[in-house]
Amino acid sequence: MNDRLTAATFEELALPLFDQLYNFAHWLARDRAEAEDLVQETYVKALRGFASFQPGTNFRAWMYRILRNTFLTSRTGLKQTVTLGEDVPEPASEQTPESILLGHAEQELLQAAMEDLPLPSREIILLADVEEMSYQEMAETLGVPIGTVMSRLSRARRTLRDLVRRKLEHHERPLVGKTRTVS
Amino acid sequence: MSDPWSVKLEPYLDGELSPEDMRDLDSHLRTCPACAAEVLRHLQMKRAVRAAGRQFSPSPEFKRRVQQQIAPRRPAAAAWRWAVPVLAVLLIALSIYLGRQRSQAQHASSELADLHVTTLASTTPVDVVSSDRHTVKPWFQGKIPFTFNLPELQNTEFTLLGGRIAYFNQASGAHLIYQVRKHEISVFIFPERDLNALGTGKTLSFNSASWSEGGLSYFVIGDAASDDIQKLAALLQNAAKN
Repeated sequence: MNDRLTAATFEELALPLFDQLYNFAHWLARDRAEAEDLVQETYVKALRGFASFQPGTNFRAWMYRILRNTFLTSRTGLKQTVTLGEDVPEPASEQTPESILLGHAEQELLQAAMEDLPLPSREIILLADVEEMSYQEMAETLGVPIGTVMSRLSRARRTLRDLVRRKLEHHERPLVGKTRTVS
Repeated sequence: MSDPWSVKLEPYLDGELSPEDMRDLDSHLRTCPACAAEVLRHLQMKRAVRAAGRQFSPSPEFKRRVQQQIAPRRPAAAAWRWAVPVLAVLLIALSIYLGRQRSQAQHASSELADLHVTTLASTTPVDVVSSDRHTVKPWFQGKIPFTFNLPELQNTEFTLLGGRIAYFNQASGAHLIYQVRKHEISVFIFPERDLNALGTGKTLSFNSASWSEGGLSYFVIGDAASDDIQKLAALLQNAAKN
C-alpha cells in the first residue's frame, strides 16, 4: 500500500466520523476550542498511525480510542481523571425521573447532569447511547473486557439517574415559585 | 423484580442479548409488570440521553481545515498522469477552435472581396462622391454606429473616390474606395465585434491587409500591388492614431 493510497483510504474512512467524533470530544473537554484541538490532533495522529491499523478490526473504535487517549493525556483530561474518580452510587429511590425527562424543557437539565458525570461514566454513556456503539466496540475503544463495559455502563446509568433526580428535586421548588410569580 | 432477569434488562435494550435470551425476556416482560416498568424506565432514559447527547457540531471552517490537513498529497508524477489526457483534450479543442476561426476568416475575406467586386461593377459605386476626406467623413455621421479618421493623401499616389455604407454580418460599416494608378482599392471599416482580424494576404486575385485598432476592424482589398495595399494600410493606421 503506497502512501497516497493510504491517505485516500484514511480520508474515506475517517471523514464520515468527523461530526460524531467532534460531539464526543466536546462532551469530554466541555469546551469548543479544546474539542477542536482534540479532534485535529486525533486526525493527525490517526493518519500518521494508519499503517498500524489492522484491516478488519473496528475503525470507529480505533478512532475513538485515539481521541480518548489524546484527551486523557491532555491537561483537561488529566485534571478530570484526578479530581473525579468513580463515584459512590446513591441509594436507589422509588421515584422515576425518566418520564419527566421526555419533555424538551428538561433536556437542559439532563445535559447538565451528563456534564456533571465523572469522566468514566460520561464517556461510556456517550459511547453506548449517543454513538450507539456495541459492547464489543466500547471494549475496543476503552481497552477493557466486555464484562467491565457492562458493569461500568450499568453503574454510569445509575449515577446519571441519581444526578437527574437530585437536580429535579433541587429545581422543583424555585421552578414552581417562578411560575406563580408570572401568573 | 425477579433478580435473574434484572441484569439482562440493560443488555436487552442495548441489543446485546442472544436471540434465545431475547425471546425469553420478551415473554417474561409480558407477565412481570415490575420488569416491564424497569425496561420502560431504561428506554426513556436511553432516548433522552441520545437526544441530549447530540449537542455539539463542528464549524464548517474547522472541518475544512482538518480535511485539508489529512487530504492525500499527490506527487508530481501522479499529477502528470491526469494532465496528459486533459492536455490532449485541450489541444484537440484548440485545433478545432483555430480551424473554425480560420475558416470563418476565409469566409469573411471572400465575402468582403465579393462586396468589393460588386460595388465596383455597380453603376453608382459610391454614395458620397468626393476626394475630400472632410466631406466623406461627415457624410457617414449618423449612418454608422462609430466614427473614424481618414488620412491626408496629399503627396501620395492615392486618391479618395468616395464612400458608401456596407453591410456585413447584419452590421453596418464604412466602405471607402481609393484609387492608385487606375486600380481601385476598397477599405472596409467595421466595429471589431462584427469583423474579426482577417490577416493579410491574397484573396482570390486580390491583395488584402487587415488589422484592428480602437475597437474597429479595417480590411483593405484590391487588385493593386501588395506594396500599394500596405502603403494605404499604413496611411490609414497613422490617421487612426491622430
